[in-house]
This record gives sequence, C-alpha cells and structure tokens, in this order.
Amino acid sequence: MKDATHITHHVTPVRTYLIVFLTLLVLTVTTTKVAEIDLGEWNFVVAFLIAITKASLVVLFFMHVRYSTSLTKLFVCAGLFWMAILISITLCDYISRDWQYLPQWIH
Amino acid sequence: MADSTTTAPSQGELEHASALQHQFDDPLQQYDSSTLGMWTFLLTEIMFFGGMFGAYTIYRYKYPEAFASTSHYMDLTLGAINTAVLICSSFTMALAVRAAQLGRKRAIIGFLLGTLALGTVFLVIKGVEYHEKYVEHHIPGPSFSYPEHPEYAHTAQILFFLYFAMTGMHAIHMIVGVGLLTTLLVMTIRNRFSANFYTPVEMIGLYWHFVDIVWIFLFPLLYLIGQHA
Repeated sequence: MKDATHITHHVTPVRTYLIVFLTLLVLTVTTTKVAEIDLGEWNFVVAFLIAITKASLVVLFFMHVRYSTSLTKLFVCAGLFWMAILISITLCDYISRDWQYLPQWIH
Repeated sequence: MADSTTTAPSQGELEHASALQHQFDDPLQQYDSSTLGMWTFLLTEIMFFGGMFGAYTIYRYKYPEAFASTSHYMDLTLGAINTAVLICSSFTMALAVRAAQLGRKRAIIGFLLGTLALGTVFLVIKGVEYHEKYVEHHIPGPSFSYPEHPEYAHTAQILFFLYFAMTGMHAIHMIVGVGLLTTLLVMTIRNRFSANFYTPVEMIGLYWHFVDIVWIFLFPLLYLIGQHA
C-alpha cells in the first residue's frame, strides 16, 4: 500500500549521484579539450551534444525527473518543445530571408 | 474528566498539521502539486532565457566571423573552472535534498553551506572575468575598443552585449539562489523540515539545478565554439 503520509517515493543512492557528478566533470573536461582541436563545423555539433547530455543528466537525476510523475515529465517536455519552436521558427525566418529578391525597405 | 484524558498535541503533530495545507488531501498530493508548480515556474524561466538564446542564435547566424572573433577574448580557463564549480554545487545541492529526504539535519546544513560556498566562488570568479572585460575595454558602449579586428568593431559589440546580458542575468539568478539557500539554512536550523516535509529544500534544489543548466549551455556558446572559426 502506498503510504500517503510519506512524500519520499525514491531516495537516490549516493553512488548514483556520485557517478552522475563524475560524468558531468569528465564531460566538462572533454568539451573544453575538444574545443582546442579544429574540427570545423563539428566543433559546434560536439559542444552542443555534450551540453545536451550534461543537461539531461542534471534533469533526470539531480532534478529527479526520472522518478517524477508523468504529468511533471509532460511539463518538462512541453518546455523543451516550446523552446524548439522559438529557435526553429525564428531561424526559418532569418535563414530564408535572402532566398528571393525583396525591396530594400523590407530589410 | 475529559481534561485529564486529552493530552496536548505533541510537537510532531503540530509540525505535521502546519506542514499540510488544508486544501490538500495528503502530504503526497501536496508534494506533487508543489513539484508541478515549481516546474511551471521553471518553464517560464526557460522562455525567459530562451528569448536571449534566440537573440544569440540570430546574431550568430548574421555575423558568424565577428562572433567567432570574440571567443578568443573569453577567459577559457576561468569559464571551465566556473563550470566545474557549478557542477560541484549541484552535486552538494542534490546531497542536501537527499539528506532532507532522510531527515538528517546536520547533513542538510553541511551540504547547504557547501552549496552556498561554491555559489559564492562562482560569483567571485564571474566578477574577476567582468573586471578583465572592463580593463580590456570589451564592455559595449562609447569606450568599447577592438583594435585587433577593426572591421568587427560594431558587430562584436553585439556579442559582448549578449555576453553581459546572458551571464549577468544568470549571475542575478545565482544571487537570488544564494538568498534562497540562506533562507533554507535558517529554516533547517529552526527545525522546520522533517522526512515528511522537506518540500522547500527540494523546490529550491530544482531552481539551483536549473541555473546550473543555463550555465551548461552558456559555457560552450560563449567560450568554446568560436575558438577555431
């Protein structure tokens, strides 16, 4: 039976926190070292993927979303989705502006 | 006779009664509502920082060379150290929440103090970086100077403006976080928390981790990706 008077459903072991913490530190060193190598366009891709990985680890473990209710998970995804709309639709505008001739006053 | 059989409520019962607001059925429902409310606030924060990340994306798209040239004037070492400091502070914050879940008062105080100290270290290092920018005339405005790339003197200012807006807004969030942590410390010392009620510790933990995540994205965008362009 679920004990409704007790709000702790899941206490993460220190070991898990420690592994996440050390992974975050290793990823920070990695992203800093990789930035010193010239990979062209891939520098951005690598840095961004590492940042996404670090943020996911913090959200899932430190912020306990992995053990949260489905409604909380939905809210987190909604935030990311809205952020994606903000960036992608804005970029659609700016990237496509030069695709056809427009009178000067529009710029 | 009734008086002799009725005992005064114990301290624990009083605390329990005050922790559970009357509109909730039970502590678990109250806890889930608080979590959802906190995440709703954090979503507005994502949108708030999202506007600045959007502005950064547009101007980086429009002036890629000028933006890349500024990465060389960011202090990569201090930036990396600050990233590590914030990750350490998130770790101690997570342990503070864990100690609160287990009702270990001394451990909560210890980990909160550690988080506070690391947050302060971050702000001091950020201050040192701002001072470097001041000395090098990299603060946008009339005294801005960019002799190495005179062709970018105008557009590079946009990035330095975004740099100060984004890291400054992040630093303000850190200062607010330091105030919240201090409040938590006082509440812990006054025995306001138990294994059955530690919601403020968990919620301020969420806030602290969110501020850490903002920096996790600011670090590569401002310091790293222009190193070779």
